[in-house]
Parts: sequence; structure tokens; C-alpha cells
Amino acid sequence: MSRRASWQEYQKDIAADRYYYARSCIRQNFFPGSEWAFLDILSNRLGIDIYDDPLHTSCTGIGYHSDVVPLETIMTVVARQFSLMAEAGYENFVSSCITSFGIYNEVLATWEEFPETEERTRRYLREATGRELVKPRSIAHTSDIIFYQREAIARKAKHRLINRHTGEPLRVVEHIGCHYAKIFPKSGIGGSEFPYVLAGMIEAWGGDVVDYPERRHCCGFGFRNYLVQANRGSSIANSHKKLESMAPYKPDFIVANCPGCAMFLDKWQYTIAEMDGMAYGADGKGIPVLTYEEMAGLVLGYDPWQLGMQFHQVDVEPLLDKLGVEYDPGAKYLGADGKYIGKPADAAINCPSQRPIYERRK
Amino acid sequence: MAYRVVVVGGGAAGMQTAIELKSRGIEPIIVERDIELGGKARGWYKLFPTFTHAREVIGPLAQQVKDMHIRCFYGQEVTQIAPDGVTLRSEERIPADAVVVATGFTLFDAHRKQEYGYGLYDNVITSVDLERMMIGGRVTLADGSEPKRIAILHCVGSRDEKVGQKHCSKVCCITGVKQAIELKEMYPTADVFNFYMDIRMFGPGYEELYREAQERYNVHFVRGRISEAAETINKRIQIKAEDTLTGRPLRMTVDMLVLLVGMSANYDNVKLAASAGLALAPNGYFKARDAFLGVVRSEREGIFFAGTATAPKSLADTLAEASLTASAVDAYLKEKFNIE
Repeated sequence: MSRRASWQEYQKDIAADRYYYARSCIRQNFFPGSEWAFLDILSNRLGIDIYDDPLHTSCTGIGYHSDVVPLETIMTVVARQFSLMAEAGYENFVSSCITSFGIYNEVLATWEEFPETEERTRRYLREATGRELVKPRSIAHTSDIIFYQREAIARKAKHRLINRHTGEPLRVVEHIGCHYAKIFPKSGIGGSEFPYVLAGMIEAWGGDVVDYPERRHCCGFGFRNYLVQANRGSSIANSHKKLESMAPYKPDFIVANCPGCAMFLDKWQYTIAEMDGMAYGADGKGIPVLTYEEMAGLVLGYDPWQLGMQFHQVDVEPLLDKLGVEYDPGAKYLGADGKYIGKPADAAINCPSQRPIYERRK
Repeated sequence: MAYRVVVVGGGAAGMQTAIELKSRGIEPIIVERDIELGGKARGWYKLFPTFTHAREVIGPLAQQVKDMHIRCFYGQEVTQIAPDGVTLRSEERIPADAVVVATGFTLFDAHRKQEYGYGLYDNVITSVDLERMMIGGRVTLADGSEPKRIAILHCVGSRDEKVGQKHCSKVCCITGVKQAIELKEMYPTADVFNFYMDIRMFGPGYEELYREAQERYNVHFVRGRISEAAETINKRIQIKAEDTLTGRPLRMTVDMLVLLVGMSANYDNVKLAASAGLALAPNGYFKARDAFLGVVRSEREGIFFAGTATAPKSLADTLAEASLTASAVDAYLKEKFNIE
């Protein structure tokens, strides 16, 4: 803890209440339970005012980083989001997506550095929508909010990040999305080299943070690394490098604060196992990958299937058993209407026949 | 009556200036912030390029100060400077006929380069830590074992806009070569890598030492700046860099990473300069009156500079400049008081 304290040099002001919520394109598709859980935890468990506005749109960040959305367009889209926030009576903007969070910070910084771009954006927004740009008082990522509320969540915890079989803290790999603080180090809690936003949650809830050599490395999403099919080898190579590096520490799970990272660290494990039979978990299976809302949800006693953890490629049941979370195995494949929707074939990553990487190295 | 000159700082520059002044019949008073004389060189083991023990230089200077009965104030911080004297933190004023600013430099704080994990990882040390180990007679890893593979990184806090240190600290390249040779002499089978941007061997014997490091000691030189360091499960250090000569990224694991920390301007230069009406260079060092004909003179009559208060310098250059400072002060006093 004493060493980790030095990771907290970068702090930022986080509003305590009254947030305007901007959703994530990826998360609504791959982790729909996470966004629901965030809203539910804040509204119903912590009594915080957060507004989920149906009028807001994608920030178009993925298109921007893939060179199909021009700068002027994304600035105008961002300006519209901010205007919607002001119209709704809020001034603290909270982004669910790391890409979007980076975009919002980048656009605000660009307006600051080049005032003519702000003036131009104001004109475009007025001409296109009749709205006036009102800049937010604060910008935060949703993981910042959970970090800010980590002690409050700890006080309401049903489970701690402790292995109930051994009594030892769970070993947790935290992965921070590149666009959280690598663009603007001061935008993230802990800065870009030793971010503390997820580590703070893990420590507050009883777990141990794994510091491994490739901790800072990108998950490999990198937009065009994945979106251009020919580049996908580069994407998987990055995830592979991280998994190889973290495996000797025998992590119990990975937690990420970026939609793309959570998706790729989870799904590339499936691909690697199918390609060459490699699994990185200590039990010969994959390492479960969680969003921080899922982690918070489990700590607070939410049902894992309500959190949407059945969407994961790597099965989470071994982790749930370590945590002592009660769940109905049969309910994993029930649809929203309660009907059985069918079970996918077993994937290599979830079969215990895989030999753990660190044993093979021996 | 002897004219009195206050020398602010009792490092190599301050001592040499005071000795030269005394030998010219002037009464110097050294005001030193620390409890003894010697400055940064006290923490150094051997000096480049001759491997002379630092104590063999600093020791005789301090002894000479003592033998010449030069008055010294220890543990005293100067807060204000003027041509007619200085004011201490205790608000005591020491009047003088001239003042020499020999306040030296501040070592760059390696914690600021967070990507290298100094203070977090046991086996990431600075060049100053390494000198301290050498003075202690043994260079080891944190667990007491011998390092088998060592990386020395140049330009930590020098030529780095990211941390506001645009200047070259001048002595780090040759220090890296010197320390690499010392490590090879201590551990002949160890692999020692120097990661550099440029190798700047400006002084006499430096280039020769650089060649000797390669040819005789097989020290490896890689042109590339390390981008990040991380600790492995067995407490080794994984480093990443780009070898810019081959144009390829490089990842290697070493037992020890030595950060060659640069020389920064003292933080309190700003206050001292303001108190005296002196100018500072953009890098925070005191600005000399002229880059050629007034390197030891300030823009105010009666205030002079010696050593690294104006820029990074080697110890040899510092000592040479201190003699020049004494000469300039002597000339100034003679002119001021119409002495033949």
C-alpha cells in the first residue's frame, strides 16, 4: 500500500452528484448488464441522481479513430451531447466509454487551444440543430464515479474480493483503456503510468492488484488493428503478449475500464485457445474478464446473470465459486422472458483439459 | 584592511573560489547550507575520466579552506543576495564588498519519470545511488545478489521536454561510460548496456574512455531511449526501447536499471534571482552577463558566479571557472576601491 500511494499523485475533482450519462456503443451490445448495473447502483443503492437521456447518440469516436468521421463532425456531435446535458438541467458529464471519454477530453482541449474551432463548432451546431453549446462543468468516466464511491460500496458489500476457499485476497489484473489517461495523463486518477482508478476499487474491496511487466500494454483493439481484417493478427498479438506476461502471477480475474479492452481480452482468449490450445488461467481454463460494474455488482450481491455475465466468452463460474456468489447454473441460458434459449457448444477456453501456460513453461 | 566577499555555497566551486580569493589577500566567507563542505561531489566515488577518487579532490580543497582559516557558516541558507552582502534564513545579514553565487545544481528527481518506476521497483536505481553503493564497496541487487545484466539509461531528466528539462546535463554520457567500466571491473562477466540518444564526449580523454569501454570492457551501447520499465515476477526489470540504429523495437530483461539523472537548476534560484535583480536563463540557471567575455559576471555589478549555478559543468570545468571568478572579483574590487 505504501508504494501504491505514490500512484495517487494524479487526482482530479469528481462531482459528487447529478450526472448526465452518456452510453457506450460497444457496451450496449457486449455488456448491456454493465450499463444497467451502473445506473442501478448509483440510483437505487447510493441514491445519486443520474440522468440516462434517450436523446443522446454515439460520440462517433470509433469512426473518428478509423478515419471515416471528420474532426468537424465529431466536434459537432460532441457539442450536441453537451447541449443536451444542459437542456436536461445537468452540468456533470459522465461517459460510459473510454474512447468517448478520450474524445470529450480531446475536443474540449482542442477548443481551449484553438478557440476558432470552438466558434466553428458553435456555428455548425446552431445551423444543424438550433442548439447552443454549453460546456460541462466536469467530465468523468464512469469508472471514476465507481472509484469515487468505492468506500460507500465497500460499506454495503455482500462479498469481498477474497477467495472463500483459502481466505486469501483474490489476485486481480487491472487493465486501463489507453484513452483513459495516455492522451491526457491528468484526466485519469493516478495518471498514465500507474493509474489508480481500478486498483483503488480492488484494494477497497479486499483484492490484491497484480503488477505485471506488460501492465501498461494496449489490449490490441487499436481501432484499425481490429476493424481492418488484415490487421487482426496485430490485435491478437497484443492481447497474447499481455496474457503471457500476466499468467505467471496466476490472476483470478481481469478487470478493465474500457469496452474494447474487456471485449478483446475476453474474446481473444477464446481465439488463442482454439488456435493452439493455450489457456492462461491457473486452472487450465481462461482468465475471466470483468467490467468494473460487474466487479462492483458482484461485491454488492447482484445476480451474475442479471449483470449479463453469461455474455462472456470465458466462463465466470469458477470466479463466482471463489467469491461465494450464489447463482442458478440453469438460469444462465434463460432469455429475458424466462425461456431456455439454448446452450452454445463448449469452447476450448472453458475446458479444464487445457494445460496452464506457466506449467508448460516449467 | 581586507575586502570581504561572501561565497554562497561550499561545494567545489565555492571552496576553490574562496581559496583563490584568500590567496589574493581578500577575506572570503563561505555560507554553506549543508553541515559540511564538499557539495554533490561528496556523494561521488570516482571521477571521470581518470578514476580519481572524489575524496582526493574534495578532501584537499576542504583541508585548504581549513588551513587558510577561511570562515565558514554551516547549515545556513541564504535567502537574499545583494552586491553588498547576503541575508540568511535567520535574518542575520552578512555585509560584504562583493558576492559570489556558487549555489550549484539540483539532481533531477527520477520519480518524475514515472515510466521508469524509480521508488517503486527495488532494482531501479539512479547514478547517484550507484555511486553511494560504490563508496560502500559493493554493488548488489536489493536482495544482496550480484547483478549479471545491467542497463544504464542516459538523459534521465536531460534533453527531455516532457519534464521541462530541455538542456543537456553534459556530464551524464561520460558518467555512464565511467560507471559501466566500474561495473565491469567489479563484475567482469556481467553484461552492461548503455542506452543513449547521442554520445557527447566533449572533454579530454572522454572519447578515448568511450572506446576503451567498448574495446577493452565490452560494454554494449544501444542508441535508443528506454520507453518504460516494469518489474518481473522475480524482481528483474523488463525494459522496452527502440534500437534506432537497427530501427527495431527492443524488449529485454535486466537485473538492474541505472538512471543517469541529469542536473537541474536549483528551485530557489527564482527567489534568489528576484532578491538580487538577477536574470535567469530559460532552463532556470542563473544567466551570465555574456556567453564569452562575462561568463562569471552577473548583470549586476558586485555579484559573480562560479560553477554549476549558471549551467551544468564537469568538476574540472567548475574548478577552472572558480579561479576565473576569483580573478574577476579581484579585478572588480581593485577597480571599485581604486587599488593599484
